[in-house]
Amino acid sequence: MYVAVKGGEKAIDAAHDWLAKERRGDRAVAELSLAQIREQMSLAVNRVMAEGSLFDPDLAALAIKQARGDLIEAIFLIRAYRTTLPRLGASRPVDTGAMRCDRRISATFKDAPGGQVLGPTFDYTHRLAGLQTGGRGGRIRGRVPVCGDATDEAVPKPRITDILGRDGLIQDEPPGEAEPPDMTRAPMDYPAGRALRLQALTRGDEGFLLGMAYSTQRGYGRNHPFVGELRIGTVEVEMEVPELGEAVCVGELTLTECETVNQFAGSKIEPAQFTRGYGLVIGQTERKAISMALVDRALRWEELGEEDSGAPAQDAEFVLGHADNIQATGFLEHIKLPHYVDFQSELELVRRMRAEAAREAAE
Amino acid sequence: MTDAAYNFAYLDEQTKRMIRRAILKGVAIPGYQVPFASREMPMPYGWGTGGVQVTAACLTPADTLKVIDQGADDTTNAVSIRRFFQRTAGVAATERTAEASVIQTRHRIPETPLTEGQILVYQVPIPEPLRFLEPRETETRRMHALEDYGLMHVKLYEDIARNGAISTAYAYPVKVEGRYVMDPSPVPKFDNPKLESPAIQLFGAGREQRIYAIPPYTRVVSLDFEDHPFEASKADHACDLCGAEESYLDEVITDDAGGRIFVCSDTDFCAGRRAGGHRGALAAEDVA
Amino acid sequence: MRPILDVQGLTKRYGARLGCGDVSFDLWPGEVMGIVGESGSGKSTLLSCLAGHLAPDAGRVIFDTRAEGPRDVLTMSEPERRMLGRTDWAFVHQNPRDGLRLGISAGGNVGERLMAVGARHYGRIRAEATDWLGRVEIAADRIDDRPRAFSGGMQQRLQIARNLVTGPRLVFMDEPTGGLDVSVQARLLDLLRGLVREMGLSAVIVTHDLAVVRLLADRLMVMQGGRVVETGLTDQVLDDPQDAYTQLLVSSVLQV
Repeated sequence: MYVAVKGGEKAIDAAHDWLAKERRGDRAVAELSLAQIREQMSLAVNRVMAEGSLFDPDLAALAIKQARGDLIEAIFLIRAYRTTLPRLGASRPVDTGAMRCDRRISATFKDAPGGQVLGPTFDYTHRLAGLQTGGRGGRIRGRVPVCGDATDEAVPKPRITDILGRDGLIQDEPPGEAEPPDMTRAPMDYPAGRALRLQALTRGDEGFLLGMAYSTQRGYGRNHPFVGELRIGTVEVEMEVPELGEAVCVGELTLTECETVNQFAGSKIEPAQFTRGYGLVIGQTERKAISMALVDRALRWEELGEEDSGAPAQDAEFVLGHADNIQATGFLEHIKLPHYVDFQSELELVRRMRAEAAREAAE
Repeated sequence: MTDAAYNFAYLDEQTKRMIRRAILKGVAIPGYQVPFASREMPMPYGWGTGGVQVTAACLTPADTLKVIDQGADDTTNAVSIRRFFQRTAGVAATERTAEASVIQTRHRIPETPLTEGQILVYQVPIPEPLRFLEPRETETRRMHALEDYGLMHVKLYEDIARNGAISTAYAYPVKVEGRYVMDPSPVPKFDNPKLESPAIQLFGAGREQRIYAIPPYTRVVSLDFEDHPFEASKADHACDLCGAEESYLDEVITDDAGGRIFVCSDTDFCAGRRAGGHRGALAAEDVA
Repeated sequence: MRPILDVQGLTKRYGARLGCGDVSFDLWPGEVMGIVGESGSGKSTLLSCLAGHLAPDAGRVIFDTRAEGPRDVLTMSEPERRMLGRTDWAFVHQNPRDGLRLGISAGGNVGERLMAVGARHYGRIRAEATDWLGRVEIAADRIDDRPRAFSGGMQQRLQIARNLVTGPRLVFMDEPTGGLDVSVQARLLDLLRGLVREMGLSAVIVTHDLAVVRLLADRLMVMQGGRVVETGLTDQVLDDPQDAYTQLLVSSVLQV
């Protein structure tokens, strides 16, 4: 008997109730607090802030909880909330050179002015599941610096690329557009300038960027990168206040910045120089920042006079068009929606073509 | 009933103004895809965010809204979108095509002819009719600008060469007012003739950030060849519930032994006919 | 009678390097002009500038249009130039992959230009495509095959059919026989010569192969370092070269 997809409203309500129950899990187990997520799942919080394009650890923790730990779902919640926020003004560009670093390493020099700081990294940990410790780290030895305090602030930490730049060894960055475009307030416009590309990359999906960056390392648009510098730490955000006639600090952000030093360009007119790739991401998001720098570099082939080798990572429309996980997941998952009208029209067409073929075969 | 935390119809007035400008531009250049700064909506991309933004920009408190998906008012996503506007705009909702001032749709055009003053808003997944022939936005934009549509017919030619017929059954491309080639969204080609309408038709693609429009009484021609003319086909049956011969039908499988019935995809149209005393082959049973 | 193409002072630089410098010539209806020189001589740059693929720094390219008589194609609007590109002009690439749609059947490849100028009758488009496949010696039963499955020589013949189907008046050819086996080259040259004579085509052919111009070209232009060093009737230039470079070229001392 014919049973249409009736009762849609009731089904939706029931599904939501069930979801709420599953979200809570076994009630015999204590409920997670937002502070616990914020403090103990901080890298998940960082990823949600980075790809949600909103620096708000408490809100990100809430989103992770509401999304049952599905980070893309949590990013979606942040994005949808973010669009509703009023724009009060624009900050001045942050000065990452003045970052209070928790971590700062260079792969290109053994040591550098300001020193190398490993910081809170998984590097050099042995990836042994802590069966005895239940996931807790080992015993803490000695004094651990608190955030932003890892290194002596009095010692300046100039960017490694600036040191190379002083000798003209690395390509100078041409000054960008005075006011960069805002991809959340204007439709995407191809060909995209670098400011727009970097914006799209920094909120792009970590996994997608990782895959793209990895592909350049394996020869699809290869341009061997050295990590010139990777720094993680806190920067001040300043805003001009016209009434005061000066800029005031309105808060602090944790950022990860990666600058790669890549193979040199040069021509008969210009002497050889190293080139750069740049990654800057909210929070401690090192894998993403390095990936971003590699992809940024690959996308610069045209400006640097390189060959288009046809590699996916060199194709700006391809990379930027598919980096956003909220767009991707929405479109991907929409195929769950009913499509029976379209399917019916194809069904009719295939039947008709088969009937036609059978008729011709019979003749 | 409106949710006071949000502006009328969810979007802020600035955003609605931006969308209205895009809509007006679209109406002024029929079939042309106007880029607009699509917002991130509280529903996923691909689930009607473009249509929802266009509807939000069109709605006034006096409007009566109808939302359909696959022609039906009670499919889950239609329910979800209708609820969204009931909650954020508090507008009256209806299932009756004739009573609605704004209709948001996915994949169908209502069977009941639309009238002047009505607005039909389509949800569009891929607005670019040339996308699967040429993936590059920079190139398709140039093709539209130069009316370089030869490739579109090459695709139809290839269909006939391979299958003996144009094998596009839905999202069948049209030429609007003799100028722009347009994707009518994935409506079955059966609905293409209804694209010439007294109503305003607006198309919103959220993820792809495009709005386009067909103003009332605009000429809309489905692409074809003289010797393989466009045909608005449907299942060769009548509705088993209301007996309609000329409405688009859903095929419903009733058992696993080949049993099936055909019913109107437009639930309002079907219910209206049955209320008017029309009966299909299975109407004797209590099928509703 | 007036020339179909009148080129004046065409110059293209790549930074400090000269692509082609101050090139002028006339091409008359039904005439085939050969441009020869070693790689880097500027012949391909010149062809790209003539065909509108590359914007020259100076000069004029005046084409005798059907509707409006002589017009400088360099100052035409993009739509006008595109229209010219699918009606009166044709361009045969050295590599057929650059001039064909490999994912589309042979019939679709030939039919594209017809459809681009408004043909809307499937049966007639197909008949025309079949006729053209025959003229370039491709069997009619290959009409629904994709060119990917064709040999290099067949691909090149298909590219020629695709270009000539709308009856262009001016054809640009860039090393049309390059990359083909010698026996395949001979057959293609034969075919081209027949089509050029039969259709009364005007053509500009760029090649490093003197055998090609000997067979096809009425007149010859020899280029070196971006400049034209000698022009004249083909037989005259090849049999009695005046310029020292042309003499080297003809005596095959130079590996071109």
